[in-house]
Amino acid sequence: MKKGLFSLLISTFIILYFLFLPIVKSSPILREASFTTLMYIGLAISLNILMGFTGYVSFGHVVFFGIGGYTTFTLLYYYNFPLILALLIAGILSALIAGLLGFVVLNLRGAYFAIATIGINEAVKALVNNLDFLGGAEGLFFNMKIYKAYGGPQNALWLSFYLIGLVTLIALIVSYFIKHSKFGLGLFSIREDEDAASTLGVNTKLFKTLTFMLSAFFPAIIGGIFFFKNGSIDPQSAFSLTKSVEMIFMVMLGGLGTILGPVLGAVTYDKIKEALLVSETFKNLHLTISGIILLLIVLFVPEGIVGFLRKKIKPLKNILD
Amino acid sequence: MENILQVKNLSKKFGGLIALNNVSFEVKKQEILGIIGPNGAGKSTLFKCITSIYKPSSGKVYFEGKDITYLPTYKKVKLGMAITHQIVKPLKELSVLENVMVGACYGKANLSLKEAKEKALEILDFLGLYDKKDLEAGKLNVPQKKRLEMARALAGKPDLIFLDEVLAGLNPAEVSKMLEVILKIREKGITILMIEHLMHAIMKISDRIIVLDHGQKIAEGTPKEIAKNEKVIEAYLGDPKFALKLVKH
Repeated sequence: MKKGLFSLLISTFIILYFLFLPIVKSSPILREASFTTLMYIGLAISLNILMGFTGYVSFGHVVFFGIGGYTTFTLLYYYNFPLILALLIAGILSALIAGLLGFVVLNLRGAYFAIATIGINEAVKALVNNLDFLGGAEGLFFNMKIYKAYGGPQNALWLSFYLIGLVTLIALIVSYFIKHSKFGLGLFSIREDEDAASTLGVNTKLFKTLTFMLSAFFPAIIGGIFFFKNGSIDPQSAFSLTKSVEMIFMVMLGGLGTILGPVLGAVTYDKIKEALLVSETFKNLHLTISGIILLLIVLFVPEGIVGFLRKKIKPLKNILD
Repeated sequence: MENILQVKNLSKKFGGLIALNNVSFEVKKQEILGIIGPNGAGKSTLFKCITSIYKPSSGKVYFEGKDITYLPTYKKVKLGMAITHQIVKPLKELSVLENVMVGACYGKANLSLKEAKEKALEILDFLGLYDKKDLEAGKLNVPQKKRLEMARALAGKPDLIFLDEVLAGLNPAEVSKMLEVILKIREKGITILMIEHLMHAIMKISDRIIVLDHGQKIAEGTPKEIAKNEKVIEAYLGDPKFALKLVKH
């Protein structure tokens, strides 16, 4: 079996499981839970394309989620665009913004890049806060009429759910093909040693920028779907740094740079969060506990769940990826 | 014979320090040109300026007749230059095979992933690293890492290869093995520019030698001429007449 195919199959299976479970049971409660899980998986996969493949840690990656959310919301709110078209525009716009930003900030390395990405997120948040057109600090609210075109609010919720599953699946497949391509090999060489990569003939600047754009594309669409379903958007929830940290957490937990890692990481994180949130004692502490776990991962299992399994269980070494 | 590389009045300043001062020389196709000089003479800086790892302060570099002074490093690699590092830079968490594949994919050869794998295996066999192909590159020992540097450089099918102290840190047996490899590389039609501290090795293998001292080219010629050159002896040992006097007294 081609290397990594096994991981792709398991990942696909996990995504399809969360997608079909609520459909089969036709349960709106399960659907809401699955929506969050699928969203986390999609976001983790997107960040992993940048962070796992090139080694650039974007601490402000939620900015693209927010940009996508606002773009979709505005296009629907003011111009009545069809949802799918609005989502595509959001994705492309976000990728273009990432391209422009990346051209500048990708010259920074390590912690400096991470800090710059936080700065970008905060700057965009402050900007949106002050734009009346985008509702300022209070944000925008949909008129329920908007959902009419999609067969009413109930059907719109199901539609959002199908879409998030689809986007996550596409992100997974794209990340798999990148990892096992010539382009992907170039990215991994950048991750290991950027100077060595360029002396081997890799156009590091172009490669980094393209990857940054791609890793900004999917979060924007996911953000668009999320806020369409939500019916309202505001800067606090669109550009929340917490979500950025969650994304990094999921990727690290699952296994940086692997295919299965972000999927496992997202599901595990989601389950931990769920368990903590319903617990009387821990409900306000879930971020603190996540932080402690992240610390432990970085200290003791920096290779994440997938890396750990690969190291401990010999037969998995060559098939798990 | 035709020149493959021509360096004209190349200078590099780091603040007030002149690391390279108006260095000019030519490299003929398929020759082995040795570059020697005391520590801090500017040998590595010269390599880095030619390959755009550093931006030269002034001067020109021509590759096969074309001015390529300010092309970025990766473009020079695509044109047919290959670079090894004095301080080895393995892509640690990638396998040895993948390391060499990067060279094959992105060097002048510009191979597809599948072709690159075949090429990489061939090169690893040539350099005696075949049985290490699945090992993480970070786990190789120093001589193996040096060979990996060469393997990656060769995989891109270069016309000109820069070897920066590939013999340093090797034991005598490994040195003679590496010298054989270098001669075989030349037989393939590749021009070699090498920096080396190991005198007997570089004297034996080079067609011509350039000597740098304090950023300046002080001598150029065949190994025999260089060995007799007074300026060279002075650069390495101090004033030869003074040295002779000390011996006599």
